[in-house]
Amino acid sequence: MTAGTKFALGAVLIVGSVGYLMASGIKQTGQYFLTPSELAQRVSADPSFYDLGLKVGARVVPGTVSKETATQTLRFNITDGTVNYPVIFKGLPPDTFTDSVEVVVEGRLQKDGVIHATNVLAKCGSRYEAVPKA
Amino acid sequence: MSLLGHLSLWLAFLVGLWGAITGFVGGAQHRPDLQQSARNATFALFGALLVAVISLEIAIFRHDFSLQYVAGRTSRNLPTFYLWSALYSGQEGSLLFWAAVLSLFGALTQLFTSRRHRAYLPYVAAITSLVATFFVSVMLFAPANPFQRAAFTPLDGSGMNPQLQNPGMVFHPPMLYLGYISITIPFAFAMAALLTKKLDADWLVAVRKWTIVSWLFLSIGLLIGMWWAYVELGWGGYWAWDPVENAALLPWLVMTAFLHSVMVQEKRGMLKKWNLALVLGAWLLSIFGTFLTRSGVIASVHSFTQSPVGYFFLAFLVVAAIACAIVYIKRLPLLEAESTLESVVSREASFLFNNLLLIGLAFSVLWGTLYPIISEWVQGVKVTYGPPTFNFVNIPLGLVLLLLTGIGPLIAWRRASTTNLRRQFAVPVTVGVFMLLILLVAGMRELGALLAFSIGAFVFGTVFQEFARGARARHRQYGESTGFAVLQLLSRNRRRYGGYIVHIAIVLLFVGFAGMAFKTETEATLRPGESAELRGSDGHLYTFTHLGISQYNALNRQVTAALLDVRRDGKDIGRLRTEKRQHVDALGNPTFEPSTEVGIMSGLRVDLYVVLAGLVNGTEQAVFRFTINPLVWWVWFGGFVLVIGGLIVLWPGGVVVAVKGSKASPAQAGYAVKLEAER
Repeated sequence: MTAGTKFALGAVLIVGSVGYLMASGIKQTGQYFLTPSELAQRVSADPSFYDLGLKVGARVVPGTVSKETATQTLRFNITDGTVNYPVIFKGLPPDTFTDSVEVVVEGRLQKDGVIHATNVLAKCGSRYEAVPKA
Repeated sequence: MSLLGHLSLWLAFLVGLWGAITGFVGGAQHRPDLQQSARNATFALFGALLVAVISLEIAIFRHDFSLQYVAGRTSRNLPTFYLWSALYSGQEGSLLFWAAVLSLFGALTQLFTSRRHRAYLPYVAAITSLVATFFVSVMLFAPANPFQRAAFTPLDGSGMNPQLQNPGMVFHPPMLYLGYISITIPFAFAMAALLTKKLDADWLVAVRKWTIVSWLFLSIGLLIGMWWAYVELGWGGYWAWDPVENAALLPWLVMTAFLHSVMVQEKRGMLKKWNLALVLGAWLLSIFGTFLTRSGVIASVHSFTQSPVGYFFLAFLVVAAIACAIVYIKRLPLLEAESTLESVVSREASFLFNNLLLIGLAFSVLWGTLYPIISEWVQGVKVTYGPPTFNFVNIPLGLVLLLLTGIGPLIAWRRASTTNLRRQFAVPVTVGVFMLLILLVAGMRELGALLAFSIGAFVFGTVFQEFARGARARHRQYGESTGFAVLQLLSRNRRRYGGYIVHIAIVLLFVGFAGMAFKTETEATLRPGESAELRGSDGHLYTFTHLGISQYNALNRQVTAALLDVRRDGKDIGRLRTEKRQHVDALGNPTFEPSTEVGIMSGLRVDLYVVLAGLVNGTEQAVFRFTINPLVWWVWFGGFVLVIGGLIVLWPGGVVVAVKGSKASPAQAGYAVKLEAER
């Protein structure tokens, strides 16, 4: 075997493992990113979407946020305009979380119809720029 | 002032176009008058953009809120320290900053390129002017004009986002921009080499220092960004695989690959096509990263407002990529290798594997960044590629790369003999295995961390051995003391030994990264006098006692501060303070959401990291998050060492290392030759 062939084998090995790592990484740790409507659709079509780790991107429904600072529990509803889901989150929300912000909720939709969040990210269109006050 | 600024943008646009045209035509037709004109255009371009920058700064410092840009990003009560950074804190200003810095680099290149590389300069002038003109045209036509007047002049501006009001803001963006922008210079030389057909490795010499300059700036920018995220954002980490972080990491990875593979071309005349492709690729990635962060196609903590600017960058990227591909493919026949690979157990092979891994890493980072878009196209549903996925893929690749960091510099060129291998690796391998055994006995079972620490010990062993051998040789030959001999090694062969120091820095960084596997965390709601306990991975029990809350007004914010008493195993080790800040305008009305100031007590073994999450119903009862982050200090120390190593490599003077095929004298002093001869 020439050095070139051996090197090619090594290269294939590296490229192969990068590909393999990426594919299995996505399989093991990738999460669906859905809107509430998409989630509702998927759940009704396939109940295995209950209790599956996923992310939901939506807007917080103004006036639904209730905070219990003592138990650090945060409850709010999210919506994309058509479908509404209640969310319960134990933990610290980010500084940018308010009752009308766009959020990404990471967690599981349980059979009770509530998303039990493990993480809440507040999306701010332009963190670099002032938010115009409505 | 704003009129002057606006006019100078137009002037810059015209001068830049002139420079691009005269540079290309003058280069192609060998017309000295046009070439001279292109050179002068780079100076004029810099002058015009400098005037624009100064005009904008004057407007910012004078609180001229008739400019939309100034009103949208500053306010009367913004601390002066942060005022000047408003220049690059928004879309329009950062475009101006970018164009101005690029024109400065373009002018400096014209002034300081050695006479040997004159032939490239007309094209270099053309390309730097063209790229800078593109940025100016975005400002003028997108439009993203920092000198745009507002419909009415507000009494006060809306202020700067509090998360930007951190010393990091003064250093991080400029450093990152300097790195990002300076990639254009190696790119310009590479294109000039392709266009002039002077591909005889001379361009490598011309480009090498510039590549290290931009690599170093990018490194500094990334490191300060990590530090900033750590102290400001309050989630307890420094790297989140955010698209913007990734966008800066991509060219860094590609340039790191280039800095290694360039040595293979210098020594063996191989990899010519590959090296050119890396330089072109690094630059295209830098434009691609700019497109990603400015278009809003991918959500990120750094994102700017969605704007037509993104389309400009996309169009520019596509045109530039096509132009690069055409020129590159046309010149492929001139880029044949002068020698072939003789053995896979050789330095060139280990550098090749290192390059493949770096590019593999870059590819996986790029793929992961784009995955939400790709999956939506292909599967019809967005699948996120989050930090767990990035870590899953990149940690193993990073560890193999770390291993090569130890192997590459020691293994012989061409073909390593068994004797060479034994002589070079016996000691370092022993050190690595020894470290592994110690950690196993100590009870560590985290696979990734075990590997990181033992491979790190191995790499450290290789570098230590290199320094020891070099110093011993000097001691034998010149009778120098060990300390002096090490200094001599560093100053005689800066590239080689500076490179080793960078390798040590990489080990330190990996040690710090691996430490994060052992972080511990708890949350607690405490009344004054109550305490929370948390055991750190250093085995100590830390007790945090809430002492009380104080509230007061500072310059442009209302501060709620909590003070905590910290004990390690019952012994008082000091106090921590963490704040919630509500920023206000000059009239005392709140602006922005409240922000958090993290309390950090940093040590060699662990960082104590406390975040005040909020008060319970306005009482002094407060919610805290306590995190104990092991070994974070080593990340910052590693970063410091990396910069020192980079500076040693860059420092002017020392011995000129000849490039295979170049006209420079092949004399290579110092121990590089001696040690190579021994092999």
